[in-house]
Amino acid sequence: MCLAIPGRILEINGNIAKTDFGEGIVRNVNVSLVKARVGDYIIVHAGFAIQVLNENEAKKTIKMFKDLLKISA
Amino acid sequence: MFKFKDPQLANRIIDELRKMNLNIRLMHACGTHQDTLIKSGLNSVFEKLGVEIRQGPGCPICVTPANEIEEAITLAEHGLTLTVFGDAMRVTGFSKSLYDARAEGCDVRIVYSIGDAVKIAEENPGKNVVFLAIGFETTAPATASTLIHGVPENFYILSSHRYFPPALDTLLSLGEIRLDGLIQPGHVSVITGLSPYYALLKKYNIPQVIAGFEPLDMLLAVYSLSKQIIACSPKVENEYTRAVTDEGNLLAKEYMTKVFEPYDVVWRGFPVIKSSGMRLRKAFKDKDARIVFADFLKDVDTQHYEEPKGCRCNEILRGLVDSFDCPLFGNKCTPEHPVGPCMVSVEGNCNINYRYTGGKKLKI
Repeated sequence: MCLAIPGRILEINGNIAKTDFGEGIVRNVNVSLVKARVGDYIIVHAGFAIQVLNENEAKKTIKMFKDLLKISA
Repeated sequence: MFKFKDPQLANRIIDELRKMNLNIRLMHACGTHQDTLIKSGLNSVFEKLGVEIRQGPGCPICVTPANEIEEAITLAEHGLTLTVFGDAMRVTGFSKSLYDARAEGCDVRIVYSIGDAVKIAEENPGKNVVFLAIGFETTAPATASTLIHGVPENFYILSSHRYFPPALDTLLSLGEIRLDGLIQPGHVSVITGLSPYYALLKKYNIPQVIAGFEPLDMLLAVYSLSKQIIACSPKVENEYTRAVTDEGNLLAKEYMTKVFEPYDVVWRGFPVIKSSGMRLRKAFKDKDARIVFADFLKDVDTQHYEEPKGCRCNEILRGLVDSFDCPLFGNKCTPEHPVGPCMVSVEGNCNINYRYTGGKKLKI
């Protein structure tokens, strides 16, 4: 019930977005719960997008991890 | 390219954890977190580092009590078309599952999404179609949005949705188990935001980190919690900022508030949890299967149900014991022949443990 996977929006028609999950898997996703645009990465859960992934925050997290690597051992 | 499974970085964090000489017990409450822990082998790594991690009540199918499954079976037996997520098919009601009901000729269909259930209603105007709506804040907004945007006349909801935070509150208030910190579920938090966790912090002064689902996410969550514990400085930290904002998904919350109202409800393994059930508001009563088909449901006898003999799911859901402590685990109870709900659901502690270990506790 809480499994959710990211996908990238290819097209939007009303509340339905054609979404690419990679490896050739394209499915229609209901985007009525989010403000999403074509090209956005969304987290999809049971056919509904529950959030647009925040690229800047993802980059910040990655930077934080990379900074951790520099912890003096 | 950065990978959230980077072994070099994982080892770096593990080294830092080793230096801390830990002896702590944490709890997460999400099947996907458990899956990551077991699949990546991190659970064994943590154990060696003095970090014990229990799974709490984070599997919606597992915490749905038998009487709610029985309601769905009863509606199907009265000729209604029942639509459910696949995971709910094998959980036993009082004596049988929805699969058994289907084998006996009931019209029970698996759907991937509530949208599929609506489609079945549209394509079958002569049938009454009921969707068994199970899940926490992650799935409830989809149900709410569907009702708000309009559904066919012959479509109804049997709501087993539950608010997740009250369960944690109850678990902490029972005080049956010493917990040093909580790894909070990423996708529930996407919707709720951080406020429920600040309420828990205020009440129980317990360290909390909201975590994503990659191995590095979980490592960082444990690292952050360990630092909080050592410093005796409990906080709410958000490791999963790429998906979780402080306020959560406001639109989803608005839809949920419009459609559902809280009520007191039983969770499997728990007493009645106050204001933890999601019931359709009066404005949607013509879509509430419990109201519309009350005549069919009045004979569901909730008084005489007993859990399967020997099954310890109740204690597993409260994090008191692990699957390996259950006498049925791996012999009488397997994913092919599950006895309790924790073995039925792919998000259940027993099911995950069995899938990755074959029922044998790994020696570390």
